[in-house]
Parts: sequence; C-alpha cells; structure tokens
Amino acid sequence: MRVVRVQPDPFDPGVELAALEALGGGAVASFTGLVRGDGGLVELELEHYPGMTEAALTQLAEEACARWPLAGVVIVHRVGPMQVGERIVLVGTASPHRAAALEACAFLIDRLKTGAPFWKRERFADGRREWVDARDSDDQAAARWHT
Amino acid sequence: MPANHMLDIFYFAWVAERIGRRSEQVDGHYRDMTIADLLSHHAGSSPGHAAAFATPGKLRAALDQRFVPLDTLIGDATELAIFPPVTGG
Repeated sequence: MRVVRVQPDPFDPGVELAALEALGGGAVASFTGLVRGDGGLVELELEHYPGMTEAALTQLAEEACARWPLAGVVIVHRVGPMQVGERIVLVGTASPHRAAALEACAFLIDRLKTGAPFWKRERFADGRREWVDARDSDDQAAARWHT
Repeated sequence: MPANHMLDIFYFAWVAERIGRRSEQVDGHYRDMTIADLLSHHAGSSPGHAAAFATPGKLRAALDQRFVPLDTLIGDATELAIFPPVTGG
C-alpha cells in the first residue's frame, strides 16, 4: 500500500495509521510534524509545485519500498495556511519488523525535507512575513541516507 | 539555427514574489543553453527578474518536474521551474 496525498485540509493520523495496521505487518512507525510557535509565529503557509510534489513524494515512497521490506507507506503533507500546533506532515510505514519500519520512516522524513518542492513562509504577531531559509542540518540529515 | 522552442517557466516562493508573476512562457533558442545561461539572459527582462536572479547560488531548478543543477542543458524540456531551496516537512 502506498498512499501519497498533498492537501489543504487537516488529516487524522489515527485514520492513516489504522490503514497501515490493517496490513498485518506487525510493526508501524510514524512521524508527525507540527507548526511550532517560535519567535511569535502566528501562521505558517506552505506553497508547493502541484504535479511535481506528488511525483517527488511517490518516488521517495518507492525508494523506501525498494530499500526496506515494507508492507505500506503513507505520506500526507498539508499545503496552504496553518496555525500553531496544527499538523503539517505525516509519514507512516508498516513492516514485519520494527527496524525496517523505523528506519524507513526516518529516511522518508529526512529526504522529504530536501527532496520535495515545498516552501514555508512564516507570519509573525507583528505582521512580518518571511520565507523560511533552508538549513544545512536538513541537507546533512538527508545525506546520511545516500549509499 | 535550431527551431524556436516554447518553454513554460514557473516561479515559486520569493522568486515569484520578486518577479511579480508565478509563470511565463518564453520563446527562443534554448536547447543549447544551460539553466544558468537562461537566467542571466532573462535577468534583463524586468527589475523583478534582475532582483530574483541576482544571486544564482540561492536558486534551485527543476526541468520537466525533476530537480537538476543550474548547469543542466535545457535541451528538449518544455517546463522549467526556478525557486529557492525547498523547506517542506
């Protein structure tokens, strides 16, 4: 099972993970990314490249499935405006064993951050709006999965 | 001389803001140009283009919806996207 969705609407991780649990794999791992309220942030806006985004996420899911014995992968990423505390992204993996589920989940979120066309813009309480700069630490996290 | 070539260009994030538009179609002899060549050629189109393309090291690109380095030849591609480094997740 491979599910890739890019959507403005909120999602329910319980529903998404239940679908992975129903595959009978024995292990499900997940990562949920939330909007942080650092520095007076009141809203986060996510822009993306329709068409390419879905293709890039599908390719990442396929890479994960080629690398680990996975029964299922779920990637859900929101776009548009989001408030502090809201969920931005969910990555879930199902496998017969925990190591594969956990490693594949870490691979997917690390690679998603540098390998899918999303851009974050922050809006602060004082009215400032700023595009988020890419971080070297994200490049390093993605690079550890290159073989 | 190779035939003219229609290329759809999409801009995202602050690149789109500086240019003041999210896409445009250009017509020219791009087959043997790299993306970096096209950007320097196209920077004169408007003050917004000049501002957006002023620091190529801060730009990233996709050709036909695949990430590529700026020194990639445009070749037969029909869709180019120019944007800052991605920040999803």
